[in-house]
Amino acid sequence: MSESSRHPMTGNEMSYYAEGGIERHQYDVVVVGAGGAGLRAAIAAHEAGASTAIVCKSLLGKAHTVMAEGGIAAAMGNRWPEDNWEVHFRDTMRGGKMLNHWRMAQLHAQEAPERVMELEDWGALFDRTEDGLISQRDFGGHKYARLAHVGDRTGLEMIRTLQQRAVQIGIDVFMECTVTELLQSPGADGADVIAGVFGYWRETGRFVTIESPAVILATGGIGKSFKVTSNSWEYTGDGHALALRAGASLINMEFVQFHPTGMVWPPSVKGLLVTESVRGDGGVLKNSEGERFMFDYIPEFFKAETADTVEEADAWYEDKKNNRRPPELLPRDEVARAINSEIKAGRGSPHGGIYLDIASRRDADFIRKRLPSMYHQFKELADVDITQEPMEIGPTCHYVMGGIEVDPDTELSSVTGLYAVGECSGGMHGSNRLGGNSLSDLLVFGRRAGESAAAYVAGLAQRPAVSEESVRAGGWSALAPFQAEGGDNPYTIQQELQQAMNDLVGIIRTASELEDALVRIEELKERAKGMTVEGHRQYNPGWHLALDLRNMLLVSESIAKAALARQESRGGHTRDDFPKTSPEWGTRNLVVRLDEHGTGVTLQEQPLPEMPAELKKYFEGA
Amino acid sequence: MGYDLKMRVWRGDESGGELADYTVEVSEGEVVLDALHRLQATQTGDLAIRWNCKAGKCGSCSAEINGRPRLLCMTRLSDFEPTETITVTPMRTFPVIRDLVTDVSFNYRKARQLPGVQLGPRDADGKRRMAQIDVERGQEFRKCIECFLCQDVCHVVRDHEDNKEAFAGPRFFLRYAELDMHPLDTHDRRELAQGAAGLGLCNITKCCTEVCPEGIHITDNAIIPMKERVVDKKYDPLVWLGNKIGIRNKDANGRTEV
Amino acid sequence: MATTDHGVTSPGRARIDARTLREDRWWLQPLATFVVFSAFVVYATSRAFMGRDYYASPYLSPFYSPCLGDCVEGASDFGQPFGWWPLSAALIILIFPLGFRMTCYYYRKSYYRAFWLSPPACAVAEPHASYSGETRFPLILQNVHRWFWYAAVLVGLVLTYDVLLAFRPMPAEYAVGDGETSGIHMGLGTLLMIANVVLIWLYTLSCHSCRHIVGGRLRHFSKHPVRYRLWTWVSRLNGSHGRWAWYSLFSVAIVDLYVFLLATGTIQDVRFF
Repeated sequence: MSESSRHPMTGNEMSYYAEGGIERHQYDVVVVGAGGAGLRAAIAAHEAGASTAIVCKSLLGKAHTVMAEGGIAAAMGNRWPEDNWEVHFRDTMRGGKMLNHWRMAQLHAQEAPERVMELEDWGALFDRTEDGLISQRDFGGHKYARLAHVGDRTGLEMIRTLQQRAVQIGIDVFMECTVTELLQSPGADGADVIAGVFGYWRETGRFVTIESPAVILATGGIGKSFKVTSNSWEYTGDGHALALRAGASLINMEFVQFHPTGMVWPPSVKGLLVTESVRGDGGVLKNSEGERFMFDYIPEFFKAETADTVEEADAWYEDKKNNRRPPELLPRDEVARAINSEIKAGRGSPHGGIYLDIASRRDADFIRKRLPSMYHQFKELADVDITQEPMEIGPTCHYVMGGIEVDPDTELSSVTGLYAVGECSGGMHGSNRLGGNSLSDLLVFGRRAGESAAAYVAGLAQRPAVSEESVRAGGWSALAPFQAEGGDNPYTIQQELQQAMNDLVGIIRTASELEDALVRIEELKERAKGMTVEGHRQYNPGWHLALDLRNMLLVSESIAKAALARQESRGGHTRDDFPKTSPEWGTRNLVVRLDEHGTGVTLQEQPLPEMPAELKKYFEGA
Repeated sequence: MGYDLKMRVWRGDESGGELADYTVEVSEGEVVLDALHRLQATQTGDLAIRWNCKAGKCGSCSAEINGRPRLLCMTRLSDFEPTETITVTPMRTFPVIRDLVTDVSFNYRKARQLPGVQLGPRDADGKRRMAQIDVERGQEFRKCIECFLCQDVCHVVRDHEDNKEAFAGPRFFLRYAELDMHPLDTHDRRELAQGAAGLGLCNITKCCTEVCPEGIHITDNAIIPMKERVVDKKYDPLVWLGNKIGIRNKDANGRTEV
Repeated sequence: MATTDHGVTSPGRARIDARTLREDRWWLQPLATFVVFSAFVVYATSRAFMGRDYYASPYLSPFYSPCLGDCVEGASDFGQPFGWWPLSAALIILIFPLGFRMTCYYYRKSYYRAFWLSPPACAVAEPHASYSGETRFPLILQNVHRWFWYAAVLVGLVLTYDVLLAFRPMPAEYAVGDGETSGIHMGLGTLLMIANVVLIWLYTLSCHSCRHIVGGRLRHFSKHPVRYRLWTWVSRLNGSHGRWAWYSLFSVAIVDLYVFLLATGTIQDVRFF
């Protein structure tokens, strides 16, 4: 076969060059997304014997996991032998303000260490302790130094390792291919089951159908709906929206994590992440008056384990046994809110942030060694030498705790054959995620999803069929933006959505603003129906954005609706009009489903699954 | 502090194209990618650009700016005079797809041809032990963000299309070196590096190192040490003699050739 | 400009006719390298074939050290095993430093760029239609660099010995001032030779092959602490290998020129004591 009839990225045969037809493939398991979760799931499915394909919007190895800096949380006990899964479980639940699905938090804490060591088997080179074991570093909300890391580029190490593993064992990858529809067909009990995916090659704009009884969504988050975000263009909530449209439910969508430290200047990089490791390694937060203000913001919930004097906080870095943690290392929601308050009170820096200072506290060599990419990032992008001067930082939209509701053990959603892992799944992190728990989440549940999807397919007597209508419908829907004329440019709608979400559904929320946001989202949805794109289908970013925008709008609506309903403040959801955490809301999840018209979402309350008594004991007296 | 920037951007595809002139408003602190994005949002909605993180971490937005291979997101406008016209073209070593986007599948093909890491069993307690100084060399190479600018600038393939078959390129020599220096790996890939990967085609003119946005010393720390390792195996009469009379080179202990 | 089917104008690549779009003065560095290297080659060749004016007691030109042929009196500190050699004595030993430098990783980069234009500068298309790198004879011989390095260490030792000899009392005809010639001596020549030998050693020890041999070849630094230490030192020197390559090239030429000027009586040694 000549090279030209194969897709240059994947080596797949490109039958779509044939007249009229749509390219078709068959696999047992299709993984959508090639970040840490997707790759880990694909590896697991492949190793379980399933023929597996990965479909991803970008090139392989470019997914958002690459941006993760700090580390992978896993109670390996390499630094602190007293660390174990129980402590990690407790930290995770407390960090999530007890709204996590207990079973997910438990599995996560139990399995993370082995998942990390697996990466090492596959070639990852973590930083080492003096004994030659994997080094572990401190992070906010974790009782012990627990994050396996490689300088401040742990995500890169993780994705490269998984990518190389996937290539080594020969998994097919459909790069620069966007999934726009989940294909379904009626199952044995009448309910629709997954039959495959429909999408387009970004490169050519041609359509592709992959028939597959199991689809694992690993599409990441929704951050691109906000103006100031640490997320890349890919984070448009594709998985969330695909799942909704397929009939699955989303949970905890009101909880969006604003990372306390994002860059604020220059404008072009506003929102770009500044790793929490800066604080873990000794950096402190100061306002324009030079005051270490975090001492004024220690909540009751964490008083017992947080230092209340500068002396004790500073002593902690050297002697962790006899001192309590500095308040700079409180969970992210606390720190982000504190920074927000300081800026609002007029004690911010010239560019509207506050100061993160490590220069005056650690020597230049230490900083360059421990935080090489931060040093590089500030030097190259802001002309700031972080070994000499403080950084200006402010909160940035970083992570969505909410996502597709799944079974904790199998990651199966409410739709047969549809699995979800990583940021696009929900429940694991409750109302707030601890730093470092994301990378371990990807690995633990990625593997579980891959294995359960492979098992499901192996047990199938008959495969669900993909109907011709559904494929044609997918094509029509995707081409709609080319049909309209005289409508808005997708970039304009995206910018207005980002502005609205940032201003009205941001870090501090009120009922009136949320209602306003919902009105605006409705307007934008209307305008989006008629938006027009110029040019043709070949690598056309305007068209790609137009398709992604539908997902962004649906997800934004879910967030705003859930945020309006939850009348309390908890974790990543802060209501100015309901500033207290409410015990009643502490037992309820909010669940989002597609409405009957298929254009919006509806909301339902659902009781939080109850933790068994043997796990409850870890929280007594705390 | 904004000003009007004059840009020339290559527009076209496989069948041909040309440098098109644009004027776009830019402001302080911006990078070339910002200017292109503004162009995209206001004048040329279908301008194809490949990008992701916009922070120099993913290595997607590789292109050539005023003839030099660079990341669009890490090239600050303040590096140029406001009156200067900035020329942006796709990478010129790979087939173009459209506008600034090229088909970099060459690199993914080469990645598939490289036998991956193969470690021995773990220690008795289920963990592995490696000293920090033993992993540091590999860690430098693993900083690679796979932007493929080194592959783009390397004249072996840039100027000689016919060498693409036989030459893996600097990015993969980095990988060979990383694996060869891995303290626990069990494979010997020196023959492969010299044979299948075409290490001998490299004439160490160091352009890969010059363009690396991560500042990896590709030539000095990976390629030359790899060449020396090949010399150990193939061109060192002392080693050859040692093998003949039964004194084996300890370096290769515990490693099998692949 | 005509389109060819190789290089940056190959089919499938973005159609841009210019061989480079670089606007900076990329040609300056290869040009400077070309001029300076060529000047050195002309000078060194003429001096090597000259076969005279290489010794001005107590100074021996580094081009002729060790002087193993039919050398002038006082110049041969290691005997004259090649006394039968009809040509200049420099030609017997120059092959070693020449080979060392010709196969040096730094010089290779420089002359491939400046002389062979392969490539002239980064992202500037080279003029050759085909390219086989260092895979075939003769360039595959670049792999013997480490053997020249062993020789270079010996040459370095000899040159160091020459420096010691340069402290010897001077013969009467070079005596300065009150004509005192006894006791140890130091002149500008001694100083130049010291500087030269220091630079030669820096160049020799910062060599990439040296870096590999002392420790780079190991996979477990942690099991060889001494070699690791050595490797770190050599690595630090290696960072400036190119600088030492240039400086030592100049210093060799300067010492030789100084000896030449002394031997021909053009100048007098500046004597310190």
